Amino acid sequence: MEMINMTINGQAVQVPANYTILQAAESVGIRIPTLCYLKDVNAIGACRMCVVEVEKARSNPVACLQQVAEGMVVRTNTPALRNARKTTLELMLSNHRMDCLGCSRSTNCELQSLAQEYGCDNHKFEFGEPLKPDIDDSAIHLVRDNSKCILCRRCVAVCKHNQHCSVIGPNQRGFKTHIASAFEMDLDETACVNCGQCIAVCPTGALTEKDDTKKVWAALADPTKHVVVGPAPSVRVQLGEEFGMPIGTNVEGKMIAALRRLGFDRVFDVDNAADITIMEEGTEFIDRVKNGGKLPLITSCSPGWIKFCETYYPDFLENLSTCRSPQGMFGAMVKTYYAEKAGIDPKDIVVVSIMPCTAKKFEAARDELSTNGLRTIDVSLTTRELGKMIREAGIKFTELPDETCDPFLGMASGAGHIFGATGGVMEAALRTVYEILEGKPLENLDIHAVRGTDAIKEATVHVAGMDVNVAVTSGLENASKLLDMVRSGEKNYHFIEVMACPGGCVNGGGQPHQPGYVRNFTDLRAVRAAGLYGEDANMELRKSHENPEVKELYETFLGAPGSHKAHELLHTHYQVRPMYRD
Amino acid sequence: MDRSVLEGDPHAVLEAMAIAGYAIGASKGYIYVRAEYPIAVERLKIAIGQAREYGLLGEDIFGTGFNFDIDIRLGAGAFVCGEETALLTSIEGNRGEPRNKPPFPANKGLFQKPTIINNVETLANIPQIIMKGADWFSSMGTEDSKGTKVFALGGAINNTGLVEIPLGTTLRHIIYDIGGGIPNGRKFKAVQTGGPSGGCIPAQFLDTPIDYANLTRIGAMMGSGGMIVTDDSTCMVDFARFFLDFTVDESCGKCTPCRIGTRRLLELLNKITDGRGEPEDLDKLEELCYYIKANALCALGQTAPNPVLSTLKYFRDEYEAHVYEKRCPAGVCKNLMHYEIQPDVCRGCTACARKCPVGAISGTVKQPHTIDVNKCIKCGACIETCRFNAIVKK
Repeated sequence: MEMINMTINGQAVQVPANYTILQAAESVGIRIPTLCYLKDVNAIGACRMCVVEVEKARSNPVACLQQVAEGMVVRTNTPALRNARKTTLELMLSNHRMDCLGCSRSTNCELQSLAQEYGCDNHKFEFGEPLKPDIDDSAIHLVRDNSKCILCRRCVAVCKHNQHCSVIGPNQRGFKTHIASAFEMDLDETACVNCGQCIAVCPTGALTEKDDTKKVWAALADPTKHVVVGPAPSVRVQLGEEFGMPIGTNVEGKMIAALRRLGFDRVFDVDNAADITIMEEGTEFIDRVKNGGKLPLITSCSPGWIKFCETYYPDFLENLSTCRSPQGMFGAMVKTYYAEKAGIDPKDIVVVSIMPCTAKKFEAARDELSTNGLRTIDVSLTTRELGKMIREAGIKFTELPDETCDPFLGMASGAGHIFGATGGVMEAALRTVYEILEGKPLENLDIHAVRGTDAIKEATVHVAGMDVNVAVTSGLENASKLLDMVRSGEKNYHFIEVMACPGGCVNGGGQPHQPGYVRNFTDLRAVRAAGLYGEDANMELRKSHENPEVKELYETFLGAPGSHKAHELLHTHYQVRPMYRD
Repeated sequence: MDRSVLEGDPHAVLEAMAIAGYAIGASKGYIYVRAEYPIAVERLKIAIGQAREYGLLGEDIFGTGFNFDIDIRLGAGAFVCGEETALLTSIEGNRGEPRNKPPFPANKGLFQKPTIINNVETLANIPQIIMKGADWFSSMGTEDSKGTKVFALGGAINNTGLVEIPLGTTLRHIIYDIGGGIPNGRKFKAVQTGGPSGGCIPAQFLDTPIDYANLTRIGAMMGSGGMIVTDDSTCMVDFARFFLDFTVDESCGKCTPCRIGTRRLLELLNKITDGRGEPEDLDKLEELCYYIKANALCALGQTAPNPVLSTLKYFRDEYEAHVYEKRCPAGVCKNLMHYEIQPDVCRGCTACARKCPVGAISGTVKQPHTIDVNKCIKCGACIETCRFNAIVKK
């Protein structure tokens, strides 16, 4: 890449020619504040926070969009610029309901941080009535409060460009602009797939997950209830961020310790259920290949993807694996297998899942996901909600010892752990499928072809005399491109892994919030995924079918993968969904 | 101005666009026209139909192998779609919101393709310039601005309407000789050029020859050529407020300075004209104006403060009267004036008392009447009725 010479705040620097001023400044230790800019999501130059002075330019450009040039002289923090940014913030604050003390984003809000940095006068432009809450909480996973929205449009962008759904957008214009759905429909009436990416990218408290922690506190306080919890793979490489630890630190041991101290009666691991998923799905795949079943088989652990398929690509419903997601299998096994083993009435068991995901709240409420008439998952919490509970309980997370899960449904292989990364499910499945068909393990359990953050990844695995073509994609815009190619016949695969969130669950809608200035320069997806692949690489147990707890489950309870009982408890079905509810 | 060209000489525009297309190698042109101009739209359609019939638009024009055709796109009622990038975005089927530049339309314009975009009036000049030559065109106008400009005269002026004049003509000539001066014997106060994006020009500049550079120099703007004349019955604060009201309504809402900033400017002006202005409001107003000018994303926002800044510059005494004395010198702002019957002029004819819709006027026949200011709604009926000019605004 060609380099150019420029000057930033009097300092001579050399940067790649394709950098923006924002990137150039960051590379030499200068952070220009941004609000609306979000790398790979939103680049519209709307908020005007990142204005900079460029010598000889007609006006002040925005650093997030302006490309550098040879000899460019830039100033990023003159008194005039600082004053301009302060005024921009004060204007935003004048139209922002001041709810900081109780707001779930307090101390982790990009507007609040900048307002404090710039010493803003909250009330400078407050000429009207105090703002009232302007809430849409119709959807099961999300609360939108437009009185806190700064109209950065990150949510609109991620829904439209990255997630292919476009169910929210700016309505009306000028001062009356507000984010909503077409014709002011409730979000629940639209084809929103509950992926929660909008929440993950929101810089303020305008978009938050529905707080289900109260239900969990109530269950924990109820002596008649046996409360069981299972965290998902990604949670262990996200949770540390809620406590200031470096991004992607694998805090599995502390996570389990914290869950125990919150008062859960049993701490299991949904990664164990991920291993069960591989047993079922691997069997399903082999069955479809051998018996002319519908191919490509498409994974079904991502409820955002499932709802997307049901709504936007219903012609692929028969391709979906009938396997429940790990969460679905987890709750089912807790309320049957574990209940039997522990001698507890399943009606007295409350199953809580901790997920990096908001669509899991929708999935947990699906009728198709019940087990013997009971909710399979009673409450699904996001990583953020768990962080909140741990703080509220006064647990000093970073000082916790490492603990391990309770037996029966707590042990997981490395294959189960890597489910959180895009390509993880495919890699886990191939490790098992290959060995079942070939009778011997893969030479190299690390299948790098399906790892990484590329939009669409392809690989061909030669197994049992067959060339198995697999594809992996994450992010629904990418999924839609991939499916279009399959639909048109341009591409032919046997097995496809789809995750709704770009980069997989590690970048899910329930993740800890990271501000723009982190997201714009750190690939969260790669860093968090590395935490999972790292754990897997250091384990002895790296294949789902070798998991002793899973073996015991089948031997003593389910029979064989794909058995009638397995189908009853571990599989599900789907429905065609209209784009808009009547 | 543009409407009159589209209604009166659409072929000039079509021809110019074909020439422009030929110059840059484009085969497609679009005319974006307000849906509020149905006659212009209708005549454009007719003209395009005619041009196609004659082979002046379409494939292989004049057998040269050059293809060029034009489509019409209607606006949906957004002033901001006059901004070039917002216009392009609107044609693409999106919300009419401007884009950051660079990239400029010439590099990435309509559908991300190299695009040139020009105003109707500009284009209408092209065929004549090509026919009669650049020297002919340059023989009119000033050093800075060549040719002619169409102006729309309105407001407190005897002859309203459109007038095309060579650039360099003075304001005095336009207002007094062409416009016929100020009606009702009132005095000229200022002329607003460039509409909501422009500035007002007081009497001291009447002899300025109009061109782009001069107008910018005195704090105004050419804009589309709008010229609104005000007389001594206009309150310049209320005048600025009127333009801001428009701008706030038309703001697209994308960028913070315009979306929230112009609204706050309007609220400050409302505060001042309502009689609630505080001393620091004037500084706040001015600072906010300069902030919006420097930081707004597009020209709508960048020029929205111009009416405020230019009236502050030339009529600051009116602002100060509103804020410090709670008085509107022009007698316009309702909360800052009251109607009073001059007792030495009033004949006690009771005509006004009978006309008053709220019964605010009392008095006995042949005795001076009085207005109860608490009941008075300042409708002005009494002033219109009085044959003796006994009622004044104070």
